[in-house]
Amino acid sequence: MPVPRAIRFILLSEIVFPFVLLILGVLLGLFQVLARAGILRTDRLLGIEYYQGLTLHGVINAIVFTTLFIVAFSNAVVMFQLRRPLRLPVQWASWVLMIGGTLLAAYAMLTGKATVLYTFYPPLTAHWTFYVGLVLVVVGSLLPFFLDWLPSFLAWRRENPGERIPLAVMGTFVTFFLWFVMVIPVAIEILFILLPVSLGWVETHNPLLARTLFWFFGHPLVYFWLLPSYIMLYTMLPRLVGGKLYSDPAARLAFLLFLVFSVPVGLHHQYTEGGLTAGWKLWHALLTFMVALPSFITAFTVAASMEYGARQRGGQGLFGWWAKLPYFSKEGDQWLFAYFAAGLILFLFGGITGIVNASYNLNLVVHNTSFIAGHFHTTVGGLVTLSFLGMSLYMIAKLRGTEVQLKGLALWAPYLWMIGFVLFEIAMSIAGFQGVPRRTNMGLSYTDPQSPFYRPDWLVNMHITALGGVIAVLGFVLYVISFFATLLARPVREPMVEFPMSEALHDARVPLLHNFRPWVTAMVVLIVFSYWAPLYDSTVRGIKAGSPAYNERFPVPIRQLQTEAPR
Amino acid sequence: MDRFERQMIGMALTLLLVFFILIVYAAKGLGADLPTCLPEAQPFEKGELIQLGEKRYQLNLLTRMWNFEPAEIRIPAGSTVDIYVTSRDVVHGVHVERTLVNLMGIPGVVSYRRVRFDRPGEYMMVCHEYCGVAHHAMAGKIIVE
Repeated sequence: MPVPRAIRFILLSEIVFPFVLLILGVLLGLFQVLARAGILRTDRLLGIEYYQGLTLHGVINAIVFTTLFIVAFSNAVVMFQLRRPLRLPVQWASWVLMIGGTLLAAYAMLTGKATVLYTFYPPLTAHWTFYVGLVLVVVGSLLPFFLDWLPSFLAWRRENPGERIPLAVMGTFVTFFLWFVMVIPVAIEILFILLPVSLGWVETHNPLLARTLFWFFGHPLVYFWLLPSYIMLYTMLPRLVGGKLYSDPAARLAFLLFLVFSVPVGLHHQYTEGGLTAGWKLWHALLTFMVALPSFITAFTVAASMEYGARQRGGQGLFGWWAKLPYFSKEGDQWLFAYFAAGLILFLFGGITGIVNASYNLNLVVHNTSFIAGHFHTTVGGLVTLSFLGMSLYMIAKLRGTEVQLKGLALWAPYLWMIGFVLFEIAMSIAGFQGVPRRTNMGLSYTDPQSPFYRPDWLVNMHITALGGVIAVLGFVLYVISFFATLLARPVREPMVEFPMSEALHDARVPLLHNFRPWVTAMVVLIVFSYWAPLYDSTVRGIKAGSPAYNERFPVPIRQLQTEAPR
Repeated sequence: MDRFERQMIGMALTLLLVFFILIVYAAKGLGADLPTCLPEAQPFEKGELIQLGEKRYQLNLLTRMWNFEPAEIRIPAGSTVDIYVTSRDVVHGVHVERTLVNLMGIPGVVSYRRVRFDRPGEYMMVCHEYCGVAHHAMAGKIIVE
């Protein structure tokens, strides 16, 4: 489908701009893994302080890169599937808000005014530009859904009465409806708790309530990252391996189960804090297990689709068909399969460690240890990042009308990334059992022989994580070369938006899966039921005093610093 | 849904249910439960170790930028310690290695866990939540003699 020039610019820049930032984010990750292993013993690299870099690493990689890519990808998917042009004014408004918001937050982080990490827990308080920047990014990301895709869908439905909503569009709508619901609590946190304190309008705030609202958003956030990957796995991966989607209803059921169970699970990030009643933590643990169900369904459906494709290609036997998948094929668009294959292998680790994290008391062993950071580098840093990178390369080639350049490098990149992060994940997990903390510049304490806290028994695993980090970054470098070569190559085709959409093998029409109302009702009921008590605990029963704002450099409140400092 | 899909969903649900039953058993039967809301507990201003009886202690652990108060305690082997954690400034965390003591230190909030130290040795406690520029140097020790 051909694309007007302005839309092409918007889509391309929504991919390239966060990608350029991602290069910085990945390099900062390398700095962190080397510092934690004690290989670099410093509090800063190239003028960026360790925790400042950690804030940038989290915000760029997990919020900016993901959100902007998801908007670009979803724009293209909706346009391609509904065969309707995007609305230019809406797209420009969204573009300005997201890029402007990113620049505002980047200003705060790069000038050291927002060294609060990407979870920004108060009482540590950032400059107001950080919070406002994040709000603008989120608002910008929601505009296309409400003002462009939904109206287009309604018009499409009028013109195509009785036709099913395409699976990829359905998945996109679930993703963004979920995104809309989950940003409500974090918007309340930012606008009513953090910003007033940051601007000095109020003296004190409630850090427990802020945490509860943050994780009300923070866990469903991971499904906002994951669902676009699942859309690719369901609708595109089967075609790449020469097969069909095993079951269309199963895919739709998985998306709807995510809708119902994604949000009321945030307390599993707050297992170790007093102030919240343990019974409600157990309830959230149960619901977290329920949200694992659609991932089990996805694992089955994706494996079945790949098996079907592999058997079409001559695969035999119970397991022999695995060998027939196009792991290293450069033919056509098949190189993209490597990104999904590597991502899925990483996601195996991510899924299993995720169930450990969710497991209530088992979490006491791993909470805030390096186990957690190991886990999410195989989920958001694994399947999500790899599928987004693969799809970014695919989309820029189509949007520019170029061929993917240096396909060999682009093919090796995901496997190096995978090998690096498997090493990283295993070492981070074992280190976590030993008690190694996350989010800590260990080169200046636990892995420094000069320090009174030196822990030689932690060194081996930290060195393995450093090796893993280096291998992953090598893979990333290969990708960067292929990315820019493709972006800057001479166009050989008409620029367009196109996706390798699959047919479904089992394609029964189940009416319940086409009616959103009961699922949204179940979602709202479950959210209200699961959160009224934790919110009551966070505001009344569990919290005894308000807190003033702090800056990360001084152990006295900001207000006191300002009155005591000579003017 | 075909036969394989129904079987797969059944197996996944059974597996998750078994995990959940084991968790509940570990929490309620074996005493490995999570900290809960203590509406009557008041945050304290001063960290200290209080001896309540023979081999019975209460540890009021105050977390602050960037140390624990008290930073080091000595107790005899076999002691049972009630650990209460709160924070004087920002959010901190404490993990005592080789134990299930893993608690957040949040200002205005008290987190609690009881633990028994049977084996003599040094147990390092590290701050595991980012709390500012010197977060990596925030650690303490429990010495069991």
